[in-house]
Amino acid sequence: MFMRKCLCLFSTLTIASMALANDGPGLGVEATDAQVAAWDISIAPDGEGLPAGSGTAAQGEAIYAIRCSACHGKAGSGTPNNRLVGGHGTLNGPAPVKTIGSYWPYATTVFDYIRRAMPYPFSASLTDEEVYAVTAYLLFLNEIIKEDDVMDARTLPQVQMPNRDNFVLAYPRNPDN
Amino acid sequence: MIESKSKNAAPETVAGNGLLHRRIFLTRGAALLGAGSLGLLTPTLAVAQVAPEMPVLAKVPGAALSGYGNRSVFEEGIKRYNIRTYPGTTGSGGSWTPLESLEGIITPSALHFERHHSGIPDINPDVHRLLIHGLVDRPLIFSMDALSRYPMVSRIQFIECSGNSRVGTAPKPVQMTAGGLHGLFSCSEWTGVPLSILLEEAGVDPKAGWLLAEGADSAAMARSVPMAKAMDDALIALYQNGERLRPSNGYPMRLFLPGYEGNMSVKWLRRIKVTSGPTMTRDETAEYTDTRPDGSSLMFTFPMEVKSVITAPSFGRNLQGAGLYEISGMAWSGAGKIARVDVSVDGGQTWGQAALSEPVLSKAVTRFRVAWQWNGGPAVIMSRAVDDSGAVQPNRAQFLAARGLKRNYHYNAIQSWKVAANGEVSNVYA
Repeated sequence: MFMRKCLCLFSTLTIASMALANDGPGLGVEATDAQVAAWDISIAPDGEGLPAGSGTAAQGEAIYAIRCSACHGKAGSGTPNNRLVGGHGTLNGPAPVKTIGSYWPYATTVFDYIRRAMPYPFSASLTDEEVYAVTAYLLFLNEIIKEDDVMDARTLPQVQMPNRDNFVLAYPRNPDN
Repeated sequence: MIESKSKNAAPETVAGNGLLHRRIFLTRGAALLGAGSLGLLTPTLAVAQVAPEMPVLAKVPGAALSGYGNRSVFEEGIKRYNIRTYPGTTGSGGSWTPLESLEGIITPSALHFERHHSGIPDINPDVHRLLIHGLVDRPLIFSMDALSRYPMVSRIQFIECSGNSRVGTAPKPVQMTAGGLHGLFSCSEWTGVPLSILLEEAGVDPKAGWLLAEGADSAAMARSVPMAKAMDDALIALYQNGERLRPSNGYPMRLFLPGYEGNMSVKWLRRIKVTSGPTMTRDETAEYTDTRPDGSSLMFTFPMEVKSVITAPSFGRNLQGAGLYEISGMAWSGAGKIARVDVSVDGGQTWGQAALSEPVLSKAVTRFRVAWQWNGGPAVIMSRAVDDSGAVQPNRAQFLAARGLKRNYHYNAIQSWKVAANGEVSNVYA
């Protein structure tokens, strides 16, 4: 009996000292799965986080014309804001033209960015289907996928971006220093 | 007797063209004070020094007390400038800190540089929450009230946009003030909760190598951060220079990553997702990557490297006749403390060491000063910082030879100012 009490006290002390080691009052409130699902909008390069739905370039063309072209020009040609199409083969010249097609290493980033930040000034106003479609359209304009290729959670991460292998990781060590 | 001895003592020069020993302003002992009364050390200032007939003294009561102070109306011309926004937007762009108008090491919060990707959100702290989830034992939500009960730390540290000073790659030197050229850079006292405490509370999975930090602005600005940095010195910053963060600096909370490129210190922080690898957001792939001469690009160039700029004299702060001047400037490094700053007033032919004003803090602005007896002839002045890792600030030719012209980020070459015989200061490549 005495022994059990001792063990109890010991384990209580252990837990207390572990909490102290954390240095915080432990006031975080555990989030539910539903809360996390509602907040979590990011897409990993392996496709983790991509939602249900799908789209093609043909569907995306009409959405782009209405929601995107005022800033990014006809068919992603740019002006007044970022050019999204073309520039292939310019990176090793004196004036690189960096677009989704010539520069971006991951197709998942196109979906992630459009969904979180576009179209200005009404971000997050496109449905997931529309984001898939516009993503497909921009990849098609850059001659990376075919016009009738369906982009969805399975196919988008498989798209090979032309400049993918042209990046060198500088973390943890910068090879230029 | 002592006085007449001092009259004959020339101030000690340490480099060509009149650069004086760094102690000349610091050890104002009897000998130097004596020398200071001489023509040699007295600046022949053309500034307004004429004494009025009567002393200036208010004869009527002054302004009332106020709940929140303002600066003098005579200082209202000092503002952030070069405010640039993307076409069709109002809040997406940047504004630059007027470095040449500041002294010491702290940037007033109202003059802290800005770089926003979709404007400044108006966030009610009572409803704002931070979610930490992903590869953790327990996903946790923190309110502002909860965070306010955590132990906090305060640090004086700089934040610099990695695109700062990129104008230095222009073919011809652009004529702008020190702040216009280098003012995507500010230094504040930041107070907040170490991120490591919150991550430990959530219980980080051993497989976790990175985290994604995401803002509550309408661009949901997001960057991946190595777990090692998060556990080292990352802060959930709640206060800036003693008061709650300014909205333009992430109110009510921002991530603060000392020494790392500013874009990663995500403002209006709402979510941290612990991940195995980087998320590859737009800002860390399409932007904030460094294209090399061969067309390949470096990704994850996080630390801001050793750098300095002379703010007095500088473009717009012209000299007013030959005489004694203090050269003053800022030096900083994302790697640690500033170990030394050398100054040249002959275009880099000879260098003398500047005095470092206390405090000299890690990943903070260090103010440096050195005395210069300007003879009234043309001069090119420059500063070269060295940090305590041994890294030396390169000159422009060295920087371009090593890294090429295609980089938009991490330009840290030496700034050169030309002083013309009439005292006018201009930006030059030297």
